[in-house]
Amino acid sequence: MMTDRFARALGWTSLALGAAHLAAPRAVTRLCGVDDAPGATTVARLVGGRELLHAALLLGAKNPAQWAWSRVAGDTMDLGVLGRAAANRTGARRARALAALGAVAGITALDAVCARRGSAKTKGPLQVRASIIINKPREEVYHFWRDLENLPSFMVHLDSVRTINQRRSRWKVKGPFADLEREAEIIDERAGDLIAWRSVPGTGVSTAGLVSFTDGPGGRGTVVDVSLEYGAPGRKLAAAVARIFGEHPKQQVRDDLRRFKQVMETGEVVRSEGSPEGHRALRQLHQRPAQPIGGRA
Amino acid sequence: MKANVWAGRNRLEIQDVPDPQILNARDAIVRVTSTAICGSDLHLVDGYIPTVKKGDVLGHEFMGEVVEVGPGVRNLHVADRVVVPFPIACGACFACQDGLYSVCENSNPNAGMAEKLMGHAPAGIFGYSHMLGGFPGGQAEYVRVPFADVGPIKIEDDLPDEKVLFLSDIFPTGFMGAEMCDIKPGQTIAIWGAGPVGQLAAASAFLLGADRVIVIDRFPYRLRRVQRTGAEVLNYEEVNVLEALRDMTGGRGPDACIDAVGMEAHHPTPAIYAYDRTKQAARMETERPYVLREAIMACRNGGVVSVIGVYGGFVDKFPMGTVMNRSLTIRTGQCHVQRYIEPLLDRIRAGEIDPSFVISHRMPLSEAPRGFELFKHKQDECNKVVLTP
Ligand SMILES: [Zn+2]
Ligand SMILES: [Zn+2]
Repeated sequence: MMTDRFARALGWTSLALGAAHLAAPRAVTRLCGVDDAPGATTVARLVGGRELLHAALLLGAKNPAQWAWSRVAGDTMDLGVLGRAAANRTGARRARALAALGAVAGITALDAVCARRGSAKTKGPLQVRASIIINKPREEVYHFWRDLENLPSFMVHLDSVRTINQRRSRWKVKGPFADLEREAEIIDERAGDLIAWRSVPGTGVSTAGLVSFTDGPGGRGTVVDVSLEYGAPGRKLAAAVARIFGEHPKQQVRDDLRRFKQVMETGEVVRSEGSPEGHRALRQLHQRPAQPIGGRA
Repeated sequence: MKANVWAGRNRLEIQDVPDPQILNARDAIVRVTSTAICGSDLHLVDGYIPTVKKGDVLGHEFMGEVVEVGPGVRNLHVADRVVVPFPIACGACFACQDGLYSVCENSNPNAGMAEKLMGHAPAGIFGYSHMLGGFPGGQAEYVRVPFADVGPIKIEDDLPDEKVLFLSDIFPTGFMGAEMCDIKPGQTIAIWGAGPVGQLAAASAFLLGADRVIVIDRFPYRLRRVQRTGAEVLNYEEVNVLEALRDMTGGRGPDACIDAVGMEAHHPTPAIYAYDRTKQAARMETERPYVLREAIMACRNGGVVSVIGVYGGFVDKFPMGTVMNRSLTIRTGQCHVQRYIEPLLDRIRAGEIDPSFVISHRMPLSEAPRGFELFKHKQDECNKVVLTP
C-alpha cells in the first residue's frame, strides 16, 4: 500500500515534469545547460511527452509500483544525455548540466527503490482458483475426476496420468523439449465431496490442489471448485509454462474446467478449425484461420 | 473446395481451401446446396466485429445434403437434406435445455476470449469470428457441422431450398424479434430496418396477431418490398420518425419497437452521423446506436424494445434514464434458432408464410464477392442474395 502511494506520488511528479517540459521547453533546456544544442527544445518536448506517458501509467494502473520501472528506463536515458552534455561543455553551462545530472541521479534511485518494492510484492506462492457448474449429478462428476487417468482428456498440458495405487499417481506433463514427470499423492479425500493432493516432496515441482464438488444452486447440477497452489519452484515452472503456451495459470485452469464440463455434458472436447488444439485465450492472435484443416488433424 | 474467404477489411476472395473433415464424433459434413449473404456478414466484412482473421471462411446461413456423419450422430444419415441453424449448440447444457441455444455453454472453444470482451461467453457461430468459436462458415462447397445431432433439421418433403433456407437464420431471427414483443391483438409494432430480417419480422408480427406494423428505412425499394407484408412505412430521410410515430399512435407510441438494424445504422442528421462514425472509425466505440436510441425514445410507456440487430461491443450515450423512468423492457439475443426451426417449418408447410419473398438475387458461390458488393451498397435494388455452390 505504502509502495503504491509512493508510486502515485512519482506519477504526479511525472505529470508536473511533463507539463513543464511541454509548456516551457526553453526554460527547461536552459536549466539543464543544453540550450545551445540544435533541436534542444524538440528533445525537451519529446521528454515531456514521455513523462506524461509515465504519469498515465503510474496514476492509471491498478498496481502502479511495477510501472515505476518505466520511469527508471526514462531516467537512464536522461542520465546518458546529461552526462554527454556535461562532458562537452564548460563554465556555467557545465555546472548547470552537472547539477541536473545529480538531481536526475537522485530521482533514479527513488524510482528504482519504488519499482523494486513493486516487483517484490508479487512474489510468494502462486494461488489460482476457478469454478464451473456442470449439468450432471454430483456422484457422476466426482467419479470421473477421481479416476485420475481421465484428467488428460480435458487438461491439455497433461500427457498422461498413471495411478500407482489408491493414493499415488505419476503425472506426465507436455514440455516444449522434454516431458516432465512428477508424482502426486492424495492427502485428503471425502467421497463425492472433495479431493486434495500435493506433489510428492523431492519429485520436482511443489504444487498442491483441492477440488470440491457441491450441489449447484437450486439443486441443479454440480459446482466444481478448484484451488491450486504453486510453491516457490512450482511458481517458476508455472511461469515457464505460461510463457511457452502463452497463457496465465489462472486462464489455464478455467479453460481446463470448461473442457471438463464439455466432456461431462457432451462427451467430447469441442474443437473448431480455428483452434483445433483446444482453447488458449491469450493465444488468440496465433489461431489458425477458421477454414478447414488440410490432412488429418 | 471453393470457399468465400475474408481477406482483410472490405476484401473478399473465392479461395481453394481444404475439404472439411470429421473432427469429433458428433460432427457431420454437409455439402452445401444453398447459402445466403446475411446483413450481419456486412459487419464482419467492414471489420467491426473483433477477432476476425484473414483466411476465415464466411457464411452462417446455409443448407445442404449430409455426405458424412461421425459415429455419435444417430438421427442423420448420408443423403439427408438438412437446414443448419447458425448458432452451434450442444443440446445438453443448462442453456440448451432452457431453449437458449445461442448462449450454449459448450459450443464455443474460444470462450476465454469471449469472456474477456463480454463477461460471459455466447455460443459458437459458423463463420462469425474467433471470439465466437473460429468455425469455418457455410459460403463454401462443404461445411463441418458440430453437434449435428442437435441443430440441423431434416427436410423430408419436396419443399424447394428457397422456401426453407432462411430457417437457418433470418426467418427465426425476424420471428423471435416479433415474439419478444409479447404481441397482443390490437397492438402496433414499429420495426427499424426494412432489410430481409425487418421484412420477416413484419410478416411474423402479423402472424402473431399485431394489428399494425410500421417499418422505418430510407431505401424506397426496401420499403416497397415490406409493404407486401401489409406493413405501413416511414422513410426517415423524409419525416421525423419520433413525431410521425407519435401521430400515428394517438400520442402514446408503438406498443413494441424492434431494432432490426444494429451497429452500422445511419442517421439523417450529418453532424450526429459524423460524431459516431468518427468515434467508430477511431475504434473508440464499436457501434452507431441511433436506431437503439430512437426505438427507446419512441416506445410507449411500459413497452418492449426488442433488439435483433447485431451489436459487437460498446454503445455511447445510451438513454438509460428513459428506459428506467418509463418502465421499458429491453429484450435481446442472437436467435435461438433450434427452438423455432420446427414450428416455423410447420408454418411454411401449412402455407402460412413463404419466406422466399425476400430473395432478389441468385448467383453462383463463385460470385459471392460481387453479391456482397450489390448487397452492401444496395445496388440493383438488392435485397437478399442466395448463392449456389
Ligand atoms: Zn445472420
Ligand atoms: Zn449447450
